[in-house]
Amino acid sequence: MTILAERPEVFDESFEHEPAPSGLLKWLTSTDHKVIGKNYTVTAVIFFLLAGAMAMLIRAQLASPDSTFLSQHTYNEMFTMHGSLMIYLFVGPVAFGGLANYIVPLQIGAPDMAFPRLNALSYWLYLGGGLLMMTGFVTTGSAADFGWVAYAPLSNSINTPGAGPDLWIVALILTGFSAIFTGVNLVSTIYYLRAPGMTMFRMPIFTWNMLVTGILILIAFPVFTSALVLLWCDRHLGAHIFEVQGGGVPVLWQDLFWFFGHPEVYILALPFFGIVTDVIAVFSRKPIFGYRGMVFATISIAALSTSVWAHHMFTTGVVLLPFFSLMSYLIAVPTGIKFFNWIGTMWRGSVKFDTPMLFCIGFLATFLIGGVTGILLASPPIDFATHDTYFVVAHFHSVVMALVMGAFAGFFYWYPKMTGRMLREGLGKATFWLMFIGTNVTFDPQYLLGLKGMPRRIAEYAASDGFTTLNRISSVGAAILFVSVALFVVNVVVSWLNPIPAGDNPWDAATLEWATTSPPPHHNFLKIPPIRSRRPVWDQNHPEDRIIEHHPPRLGGLMASTGGSAVLLDEVGFDGGDSPGTRERDQ
Amino acid sequence: MGIGGVGKLRRIALLLLLSALALGLGGCTLPTFGAFRGATSQGQTEFKLWSWMTIAGAVVAVIVWGLILWAVVAYRRRDPDKMPRQFQSNLPVEIIYTALPLIIVGFIFFYTVSAENKIDALAPNPAVRIEVTGFQWGWSFSYTNATGRQIALVETAQPRPPLLAANPLSSEYPRFVIPVGETTQITLVSNDVVHTFYVPAFNFGRQALPGVTNMFDFTPVKKGIFAGHCATYCGLYHSEMLFSVSVVSPSAFRTWLSAESAAQAAA
Repeated sequence: MTILAERPEVFDESFEHEPAPSGLLKWLTSTDHKVIGKNYTVTAVIFFLLAGAMAMLIRAQLASPDSTFLSQHTYNEMFTMHGSLMIYLFVGPVAFGGLANYIVPLQIGAPDMAFPRLNALSYWLYLGGGLLMMTGFVTTGSAADFGWVAYAPLSNSINTPGAGPDLWIVALILTGFSAIFTGVNLVSTIYYLRAPGMTMFRMPIFTWNMLVTGILILIAFPVFTSALVLLWCDRHLGAHIFEVQGGGVPVLWQDLFWFFGHPEVYILALPFFGIVTDVIAVFSRKPIFGYRGMVFATISIAALSTSVWAHHMFTTGVVLLPFFSLMSYLIAVPTGIKFFNWIGTMWRGSVKFDTPMLFCIGFLATFLIGGVTGILLASPPIDFATHDTYFVVAHFHSVVMALVMGAFAGFFYWYPKMTGRMLREGLGKATFWLMFIGTNVTFDPQYLLGLKGMPRRIAEYAASDGFTTLNRISSVGAAILFVSVALFVVNVVVSWLNPIPAGDNPWDAATLEWATTSPPPHHNFLKIPPIRSRRPVWDQNHPEDRIIEHHPPRLGGLMASTGGSAVLLDEVGFDGGDSPGTRERDQ
Repeated sequence: MGIGGVGKLRRIALLLLLSALALGLGGCTLPTFGAFRGATSQGQTEFKLWSWMTIAGAVVAVIVWGLILWAVVAYRRRDPDKMPRQFQSNLPVEIIYTALPLIIVGFIFFYTVSAENKIDALAPNPAVRIEVTGFQWGWSFSYTNATGRQIALVETAQPRPPLLAANPLSSEYPRFVIPVGETTQITLVSNDVVHTFYVPAFNFGRQALPGVTNMFDFTPVKKGIFAGHCATYCGLYHSEMLFSVSVVSPSAFRTWLSAESAAQAAA
């Protein structure tokens, strides 16, 4: 798998086509993955703040029974746009368009993405789509108000007429293409632009996960984008694809949507799994525990995720329950492997609690809640009792808030690389604690609300329903989350106005992106260090602390019975793993 | 690996599991964890599955949280100059934590399938047949005889009042009646968008899906009046698409039904 083609180690000025533009022109015209990555990140964070503001309005509405704070109509717009912005415009794009765009080429020693202009097109399609979706608010009708899942036939032109829903559909067709192009770019870059020595099994786990995410994007987004075109045809050309009148099948929309929607969950999750894996290793001062297991777990999760979509449709009565239930349960196995590998990475390490690491620990604790409740929901009978209630809302918010913590881990970890400056640790830790507490205060009561029978997406409830107290607690939690995100914004502003220089490698990190300057030069590396293991930068900085493959059995009885493990490990020896390199360095 | 810690945690977990088992087998009632125990036999089957799976999930979660907490506390950086051993794998341990979850998945899968077969089973000769139609934004409950002829009808008042108190038990919303101890078979359809017929106390919801006819049985085990909601978002007044179900004795049910059908015949 080694890329043998040589490329000059030093980029001199003759490589530049013309003097690089600066200022606004740079942001508008650049095809540099770093500029595009920053554009993506900033844009996505703005959508995150907008969607968060909508969540505040939702929680204000639900804080009291019989609430008239928002009209039913406005409330319906708010939860639709909150979900749409968060899912389509924040969590995904910030990962694969923002952080991955910036970091993946650096982690594999590439000068840019494989298709820089396509990369720029991705961003502009994404920005255009996002703005288009928001313009729904200024149309005479309203923004889209059929939920972020746009179930047919509610999403047809009779039930939800007007420009807002059309803008929503066209916006998502644009962002769909944007995601597909980014997927193409990520996969091509990772396959073809790795530096000499950067074999597949030496890539950082974040890059591995972005490769698998890119492949999942190519599986899922074309289906969704096509389904949106069909929906548009239903609305404007009378196609009757999703309507009973004319012989259409409404439930087909649910199948197509979730065929995208469930892989999408892992398109959102895998990048943050990758960030957490790399960050935990750095702040534990250890190599990733079970690296290969991690890679195969990622691939298994992606493979399984394409055959679980109908667990969103257990209550339709038209899906084969045992199959989709079993497939959904099985995802717990590779996810469990990841959890134990994360714990194994910290085990006997030297764990330091800088802000990125705190967010990773918060991710672990929160994702576990989402994971265990996900297992419960994978059981059709339990899903019958809780589907479309606040139990489900709480479940996926536990998951997504864990991912948001993963995103913040990434922001705090790579901000020094992107800007050459540090974010403030004190404010960062305050952001973490408020976010961790706020997440649990907001969403843990919602599990109980769901079990008490509160359906999701209702604009009001009666005092006699008994939902009031738990909803109040949840709204208080939302306020805590608001403060935590506000502190992050303050942190960025303070660190911007009053910079603390970061240096090239402030965290004593191990992977290739930390070998270059912060921020990196135009084509990323003036010189690439020798890549002889998964930790090229670590090998330079800590030549004496090599990976130990042959550790003495310490499991007592357990290990005694399988004493040949060390030998076995060497024989597993995949191409390019650490073992050959270690042997080399161990003489 | 610091296996001493794992061993201790394992023992604690085993203890938890054994005490949970003792609790269940000792005839004590299962913990609800906030859920309804189920007012129908189908709902009770779901409840048992829910309770056991939640116990299992909680045990796993406590073990994993314990391991995380242990790793974070025990291996925090005390000496900044000391470098930990750079080990990166332990094949036996990795095999165990791959195989063990697979076995657990096998167990819960078979338990799930047996429970769902009970819940989804349809009685060949139900005592009561009701055709339920969901529409924007209300419900109609049509009682039919074995040949499908309508004998009584309960439905949301039309035109709907402009502003309702969102309490499913209030008299503005339709209330249908079924007998305790007998099986009611529901045939569920929708004539506009997707709705979900959801009775929280029965631990059951099912989509009313245009183009699809869904059927399911309720065998109530408890008398009472239970709230019902539309659970799937269906447009502007989704939160007011409410109903209730009244479970009464079989004789009270027959009295109610003949009064209703007489009223319908008179109308």
